[in-house]
Amino acid sequence: MLRVCLKGANAAARQCVCGKVAAHPLQHCRRYTSAGDSGVTAGKIVAASLLTVGGGLGGTIIYAKWDPKFRSNVEKTVPYSDKLFGMTLGPPPPAPVIPVPKKLAKVEPLQISSVSEATKESKQPKKEKKVKEAVPQEPAAAEEAPAPPPAPPSQTIEGECTECAHEPALKERPAEEVTALLAAKDKAEEDTLASLSSNLDETLGSSAKVTMAAIGAQEAALTAIAVHTQKLKEAMDAEGAPDKKSAQWRALEDALDGRSRAVDEAGAALLRARDELEKLREVINVAKGSNIDAARPQVLAAEENLHNMIVDLDKVVGKVQAAQSEAKIVSQYSDLVNEAKAQFQKELDSITPEIKASWKGLAGKLTTDDLNSLIAHAHRRIDQLNRELAEQRVREQIHIESALEQQKLEHQKALETAVVTALEHNREEMRLEQEKKVAEVREVMEAEMRTQLRRQAAAHTDHLRDVLKVQEQELRAEADETLKNKMNEQETHYRRLTQEQLDTFTLDMNAAYARLKGVEEAIDSHVIAEEEARKAHQLWLSVEALNYSLRTAGVDAPTEPLEAAAVVVRESCADNEFAQALASALPAESLSRGVYSEASLRARFQDVRRLARRVALIDETRNSLYQYFLSYVQAALLMEPQQEAPPQRLSPADLDTFKLLSYACYSMERGDLELAAKLLNQLTGEPRRVAQDWLNEARLTLETRQAISLLSAYANAVGLGTTQAP
Amino acid sequence: MEEEYGRKWDRCLADSAVKIGTGLGVGVVLSVLFFKRRTWPVAFSAGMGLGMAYSNCQQDFRSPYLLHGRMVKDQ
Repeated sequence: MLRVCLKGANAAARQCVCGKVAAHPLQHCRRYTSAGDSGVTAGKIVAASLLTVGGGLGGTIIYAKWDPKFRSNVEKTVPYSDKLFGMTLGPPPPAPVIPVPKKLAKVEPLQISSVSEATKESKQPKKEKKVKEAVPQEPAAAEEAPAPPPAPPSQTIEGECTECAHEPALKERPAEEVTALLAAKDKAEEDTLASLSSNLDETLGSSAKVTMAAIGAQEAALTAIAVHTQKLKEAMDAEGAPDKKSAQWRALEDALDGRSRAVDEAGAALLRARDELEKLREVINVAKGSNIDAARPQVLAAEENLHNMIVDLDKVVGKVQAAQSEAKIVSQYSDLVNEAKAQFQKELDSITPEIKASWKGLAGKLTTDDLNSLIAHAHRRIDQLNRELAEQRVREQIHIESALEQQKLEHQKALETAVVTALEHNREEMRLEQEKKVAEVREVMEAEMRTQLRRQAAAHTDHLRDVLKVQEQELRAEADETLKNKMNEQETHYRRLTQEQLDTFTLDMNAAYARLKGVEEAIDSHVIAEEEARKAHQLWLSVEALNYSLRTAGVDAPTEPLEAAAVVVRESCADNEFAQALASALPAESLSRGVYSEASLRARFQDVRRLARRVALIDETRNSLYQYFLSYVQAALLMEPQQEAPPQRLSPADLDTFKLLSYACYSMERGDLELAAKLLNQLTGEPRRVAQDWLNEARLTLETRQAISLLSAYANAVGLGTTQAP
Repeated sequence: MEEEYGRKWDRCLADSAVKIGTGLGVGVVLSVLFFKRRTWPVAFSAGMGLGMAYSNCQQDFRSPYLLHGRMVKDQ
């Protein structure tokens, strides 16, 4: 906007210069307004551009905030955008951390295992303590009544024993600990075994006693019942004297009492026996639960005994029951008979009330009426009895049937009970047999395992023997080898010594011979050396002459031609190829015309320099007179230092004519003709043409000088070589 | 070499002096004789002389850089 105003002002000024003063303010105003109009539109443009730029920036920033990938892209591509973003949005979100679960997973199982190990470790002393606790508990418990107290400790022992069985497999324990544990376990086992066996024996004994007592009681009851029945039968059948009868009846009563007593006793004994057997069974269960192998046969025997006792008891009980039922029948029969007798007596009494006393005493007193009535009564009675008999016969059938039925039922019941008991007994027997078989098999397995272990031990010893044999062989072989090596070493050592002796002798001989030869050669070479020295001297002299001839250069004139001196040099080194080559390396110009001295070249250089400056712009393409004019102007106007130290390496910027000339001047003033020539060789175009002659001369001079210096160096070296130290 | 340069310049100047003078002379003569004493022929021929001298000078200075080609006819 300012510029536009300035332009307008300038235009107005120009107009003023042209002379239209009157229109100046108007035009100025117009200019202003036009400038103002253009300013307004310019302002609009500026505002629009600012808005766009601001909108773009804002949009970028907002999108970068939303999308971190976009933000990173922009930061990568646009420089300094990361700073902008940092100022406005804050630091970029961190990259998502990849979790490392593997390590954790690896660590955890280790930890867990270690923890479990630790717990197992801690458990072990507890278990050991428990075992120790259980062991003293056992003998204490054995003294008490069996069954409950030993059960839990033995069960715990069993549980711990199984755990203990697992423990040694998981973790290696020192041998002493293991043996101690095993010994403790054995001891515990033995204790329990002892206690169990003692228990078993005790209970077996007591139960056997009681069972025997019960069986005896039952037998006694049986005999009592049999006696009673017999007596009853006798009492009913016999018709002895009344006092005998009463004696019989009294005996019968006694027998009945005895029988009842015996039965009661038998019942009590049976109960006691049953109790004892139950206890025995409990103890056997406990013993079985303890799971100790040594107790097994005892347990089995106890079980067998128990079974037998139960069987015997049952048998005896059965017998007693049979006897009792028989006795019942007999008593029923006796009751019936008594009843019939009573009835008959009553009838007889009703018919013949007078006759009270016994029959036999009345034989003479009875009248015919009485007899007739008696007979009639008897006939009537017989009829009645016949009728009753018929009735009874008829009823008999029914009764028999019902009785059979009852009998069947009872028989069935008895059969069932018998079957059940027989089944029970069988089952028991089977179980016992199975247990016996199991015990046998176990024994067999134990024996087999023992044989296998023995076999394994045998195999192990064989293997050990083999291994030892192999090792022996190996060691023997090793020893042999070491022996051999040592022998070889000694041999080689001896041989070396002898060889050394020989060598030293030979060396001495050779040395002596060589010395002799050396002496001879030295003498010969002396002669040669003398000759050489003479020749070298000659050469040196000629080279010196050549060198001197170089100095004959005038200020602007070259030296005299070096032909003569060069010829002399060539003659003096006729047989030396190196010197010949050097001598012939002198340039032809120097030989024929001579060379300029350095001083003359230096003087000439200034002219060359001046001229080169003047024609610096001229080369193949630019060589018109106008260019010449320009070049002259440049030379006149350009100020460069007279002398400038040349750098070690020339850069392209240094290939400028003026710079090169200043470098060359510097080198010339310092006497470095070679460097000046090299620098001037870098000129291009017309300056190069101008400097060409000078360069050629400089080259000639340099060549000649180089060759001559080489020759003199060579001559010096040869001379030095041939001189002998005093 | 340096002398040759000076020599060239001498030749150039001499040559240009001669040519310009000659041009002037011829111009004067012509203007007097044919062009009713106008100045333009004088300037014209002096200019011609200057031009020729310039060209000669340039040629002289350029001479080292000129390439002389020869046309080889196919035999």
